[in-house]
Amino acid sequence: MILPALNFPKKPADMNRRDFLKSGGAVATLALAPGVTLMAFGGQASAAADPGKRWGLLIDVNKCPSDCSACVSACKVENGWGNDKHAADHPEAAPQWIRKVSLTDKSTGREFALPVMCQHCENPPCVDVCPTNASFKRPDGIVLVDKHRCIGCRYCMMACPYKARSFVHEDVTDQKTHAPRGKGTVESCTLCVHRVDAGGAPACVEACNTTGNAAMLFGDLNDPDSEIAQALKAYPSVAIRDDLGLNPGVRYSNL
Amino acid sequence: MKRLFVLLMLLAGLSAAPVLAGDLGPVVPRASGKPHPEGNEFWRINHMLLMVHDRDQTMRLGNREVQASLAECVDCHAVKGADGAPVSAEDERHFCRTCHDYVAVKIDCFQCHNSRPEAPKQALRTPEPADMPGILAYLKEAGE
Repeated sequence: MILPALNFPKKPADMNRRDFLKSGGAVATLALAPGVTLMAFGGQASAAADPGKRWGLLIDVNKCPSDCSACVSACKVENGWGNDKHAADHPEAAPQWIRKVSLTDKSTGREFALPVMCQHCENPPCVDVCPTNASFKRPDGIVLVDKHRCIGCRYCMMACPYKARSFVHEDVTDQKTHAPRGKGTVESCTLCVHRVDAGGAPACVEACNTTGNAAMLFGDLNDPDSEIAQALKAYPSVAIRDDLGLNPGVRYSNL
Repeated sequence: MKRLFVLLMLLAGLSAAPVLAGDLGPVVPRASGKPHPEGNEFWRINHMLLMVHDRDQTMRLGNREVQASLAECVDCHAVKGADGAPVSAEDERHFCRTCHDYVAVKIDCFQCHNSRPEAPKQALRTPEPADMPGILAYLKEAGE
């Protein structure tokens, strides 16, 4: 018996440009701009993350009160973590995209706290160790987990010197549309990539500004005119574990 | 292997040739919003490839101009449940599940993605069969 030739999906490699234009992207172009031809949509690179940019944060520890955790709360709400059913039973294993770390200088007794999240390294060890290329760095420097590829091996959690990543141990429902997350995959701060791509700032930065502390500054490290680049140029700042040479995108001042 | 399985399932469905359309094909709920300009058949055949292609564009390259996103699918194809809210993929009336249950292909998307629109942009539709002749014609063609 000859199996009927099902008109089954072409392999992605067989999809030519025409096929691609027939896909959803072309629809939107038609709907949004009737006067613009499909040719205008041909260049995909223009819409993608800009490799000329390097997104980063500058956190002023002096402006960050120990008892404030507005950034953590905002992150939970924005990205829909922190409500997992069994997380409270195992707080040490609960997902944690951002946390406040309290420190005491033993010689002076100075106590302070700082928010620590994925540091979006230029040379991320999590990306080095990932066996499936799920852990990756976007062209604009944002380090993400591609959960379609993540097999949950957690090598990246071991490799990260900042303990920035966590593992989802249980079934999750009602995720945020812009922040999918599910059992068996690793997750971490995305620098609110959905906001950044829309031209906004991460939820933590926004919340910090709302409290009036304004301890967090977000921007393009590569743009010398950006507020963050100006501040980094004007004032001393450090990266945590600078000795590792990872060149994090998150820097701290007054630490 | 999965394709072969789907094929066999489709053939099995056709060879039984029940008289009632409801017995033969899945009852696919009507969508809200504008119809696909490429036609429904194009999407029936290619939806998974388009979604995989565009998810890599969006996720790995940060291309947000790609519009064929799962979020859009979920938004337009939301089915209203008894409580007036859109049903999740745990409900067998969910748009994706109607066909996927029929051909016994597991959907992995909703382990991570929300199967309901957060804030539906379209008026929700009640689950009523849509384009049954079209679906049957598609299944028939696929089986030949």
